[in-house]
Amino acid sequence: MMSKINFLKPDKSNLYTFLYIGSFLFFFSVLDVLFNSFFSLNLTGFLPSFLSFLFPLILGFIGLYFIRIELSGIKQLDLLNKHINTNNFNAILSLLIIFIILKSIPPILSWFFIDASFAGDSKDVCTGTGACWTYIKVWMRRFMYGMYPNGEQWRINLSFIALALLGSVGYFATDRFKKYLTLYYVVIYPFIAFLFIFFFISGGPVFFDFSYGIIAAILSIIIGFFIPSKFKFYYFLVVPFALYILLKYFIFYEELIELGKLDGLNWVETGAWGGLSLTFIISFFCLIFCFPIGMAFALGRRSGFPLIRYISIGFIEFWRGVPLITVLFMSAVMFPMFLPADFFIDKLVRCIIAISLFEAAYVAEVIRGGLQALPRGQYEAAKSLGMGYWRMHIFVILPQALKLVIPGIANTFLALVKDTPLIFVVGLLEIVGMLNLAKTNPEWLGFAMEGYVFAAIIFWIICYAMSKYSYNLEQKYKTDR
Amino acid sequence: MNFKLKDIGPQLMTVIAVVLVFGFFTYNAQVNMENRGIDFGYGFLSQESSFDVQFSLIEYDGSHSYFRAYLVGLLNTILVSVIGIILATILGVIVGIARLSPNYLINKFAAFYVEFFRNIPLLLQIFFWYFAALRALPLPQDAEAIFGISFLTIKGLFVPAFIWQNFNIFFYSIVAAIIAIIVIRIHSKKKQETQGKQTPVLLISIGLIFILPLLSFLIGGVRLSFEVPVLKQLATTSFIYEGGVSLPPELIALALSLSLYTATFIAECVRAGIQGVGKGQKEAAASIGLTPNQVLKLVVMPQALRIIIPPTTNQYLNLTKNSSLAAAIAYPDLVLVFAGTALMQTGKAIEIVSITMFTYLSLSISISLFMNWYNNKIAIQEK
Repeated sequence: MMSKINFLKPDKSNLYTFLYIGSFLFFFSVLDVLFNSFFSLNLTGFLPSFLSFLFPLILGFIGLYFIRIELSGIKQLDLLNKHINTNNFNAILSLLIIFIILKSIPPILSWFFIDASFAGDSKDVCTGTGACWTYIKVWMRRFMYGMYPNGEQWRINLSFIALALLGSVGYFATDRFKKYLTLYYVVIYPFIAFLFIFFFISGGPVFFDFSYGIIAAILSIIIGFFIPSKFKFYYFLVVPFALYILLKYFIFYEELIELGKLDGLNWVETGAWGGLSLTFIISFFCLIFCFPIGMAFALGRRSGFPLIRYISIGFIEFWRGVPLITVLFMSAVMFPMFLPADFFIDKLVRCIIAISLFEAAYVAEVIRGGLQALPRGQYEAAKSLGMGYWRMHIFVILPQALKLVIPGIANTFLALVKDTPLIFVVGLLEIVGMLNLAKTNPEWLGFAMEGYVFAAIIFWIICYAMSKYSYNLEQKYKTDR
Repeated sequence: MNFKLKDIGPQLMTVIAVVLVFGFFTYNAQVNMENRGIDFGYGFLSQESSFDVQFSLIEYDGSHSYFRAYLVGLLNTILVSVIGIILATILGVIVGIARLSPNYLINKFAAFYVEFFRNIPLLLQIFFWYFAALRALPLPQDAEAIFGISFLTIKGLFVPAFIWQNFNIFFYSIVAAIIAIIVIRIHSKKKQETQGKQTPVLLISIGLIFILPLLSFLIGGVRLSFEVPVLKQLATTSFIYEGGVSLPPELIALALSLSLYTATFIAECVRAGIQGVGKGQKEAAASIGLTPNQVLKLVVMPQALRIIIPPTTNQYLNLTKNSSLAAAIAYPDLVLVFAGTALMQTGKAIEIVSITMFTYLSLSISISLFMNWYNNKIAIQEK
């Protein structure tokens, strides 16, 4: 039996016969599917429907079997065999994937472009079977800026452009200024960003309690540079709180605050903020806050003082153990109960605090991984040079540890960006929330798909760019040890 | 006493700061609750809840207590998590292996899947499946039967229900089979270690797990019949299927998006694990004459699993926590039923949010304790 079909076994001796037959069969099968999907033309229509359906697969399989000739000497053929045609199983899988791609291209193309409607500004133009991009076009401002008044949206644009420009100075800094970059990005840039959002985007009494906190934090960090490292711990434990209370209750009285008011700018309350710009604002602030908090708790968890260690462990495990949605619930319904009755905190600020604390726990665990990965020798060497705790960590340990955990931190930040849509729990509507609102508009019913595809593309681009950037960063700071 | 001020100082200060913050919060909470006339306590759990839940695994209606509502939510959370974990594991393992395939097309296809699904927020995916994709399904009266017995419609998936007689005998037979398998495994391992003889454990196990339940059908008087869902007209244009088991579209959308999303992470864990086993290990195993199957079973998998299992458990935990997003599409899980409806009705914010958080917290802490124990157990014992 075997000897009879042995002539069907492809080998090198009659290479070209098999190559021609095999590639003809293979190309015919691909062509069949291609015609079928692009021109709805069935080449094998004369066969019974069941057979016609399986025909390309069988044909392609036989074709691939015939051209599976080892060491044929033809470069392209060897490459093809090596990559998609190593054995029968792989051949079938390859064929299936090729067919799936061929089959799925036409409907996707026609939905996205060919049958889609782009023109017009009402629902009437969307009569085709394709996507209705008019819907996105009409709602674009809402998806980008939420309920922010149309006439004021230049404020958001201006702030974002200015912040993007200010953020990119790192690329243009000359060597003379490079050493100040860390200070710039850690302290000055966030402060400028805060001022922009405070004065420009809000333009009113929104962030007050928060702004005292930020001013207190930044002042205390700046003064902190001059505090001898022996007292730094006590300093950071006491002074920020003290400054905050001082600012809130003694220096700025409520009547004196006209701080948030620039001439000619209207106040836009945070409830009206929304869309993609809110995603950016929340991600930005949470990113800035969660990093130092996470670092502090990572150091606390590695601390030699048992009480500090237990408190840090408790903090980290608590936030890591609960879902973000319950944390936001807590910030919405439970947190106001814990504050004095006259102590109003805007819900956006509450949200930012909640997300920051939540992500800080994850950042802490990531940084702890980096700290643990450093060899003991680094600590001992730093100590033997007479460095104290803070000096050792700032100049020796943390720079190396952070370098090691760039991918982990990038993943945490990605998770943060992907978690921002959850703020719908407290009633803030960023882009996904706006989509859900637009979807229920009686004039624009039935375009949920377009909206979600649109948002998915935006988020995908942001997240993919972030992950690629972190990969570059990782390669850039990779030091061989 | 050899305490030094240098050691005690920072700790004392930290503790004082923490106590002050908590004290501040507690004090305010007391004042606020007094002002609003709310009293603190968990007594409401036994009161009548008087709200209904769309989908519940245990018998529940408005006349049951809040505690029962909590149980309904918890069971629904567990249900969707278990479905999600099973699907995500199957998909993740397949995709993870596919990413290591020498086949270029398969490799890229898997990579595309991972990059695509992991970079889109989970909430958006849930919305997409629930509001866009599943809304495109046919109405109950237009649905075509899948294999003649199940119906996938806009109102959910309707599958036949199993109707058991003497289910307990069947259940005991399965338990007996599992116990027998464990005993045989231990025994054969001992035998191999002492005498070097191998027993076909896998074949025996498969045989046992099939034969014992089969015997329970033949001798034990277990009967199984199916109740196929039947279309029923409620009004002129309103149809619904009756009988069988109905899975609501919320559950389908949630389980689908959770498993598609988490599978990408599991796939990466699997890939990292298999790649983490050195090439030399496989070559060494092959060179001492093990067959490819044995190489995989005895050398590669035990080492790969050591790398794969801890991060994968983490992903399971993430999936369970992410299932709380159910609240966004009104699947009655713990957050929606308890932290949503029950909170709205009773106004007991602190109690309810704390119970909800504590539930999730105890779940994750118990799993991470287990993971620590497991890690210590399988860690390479270095000499």
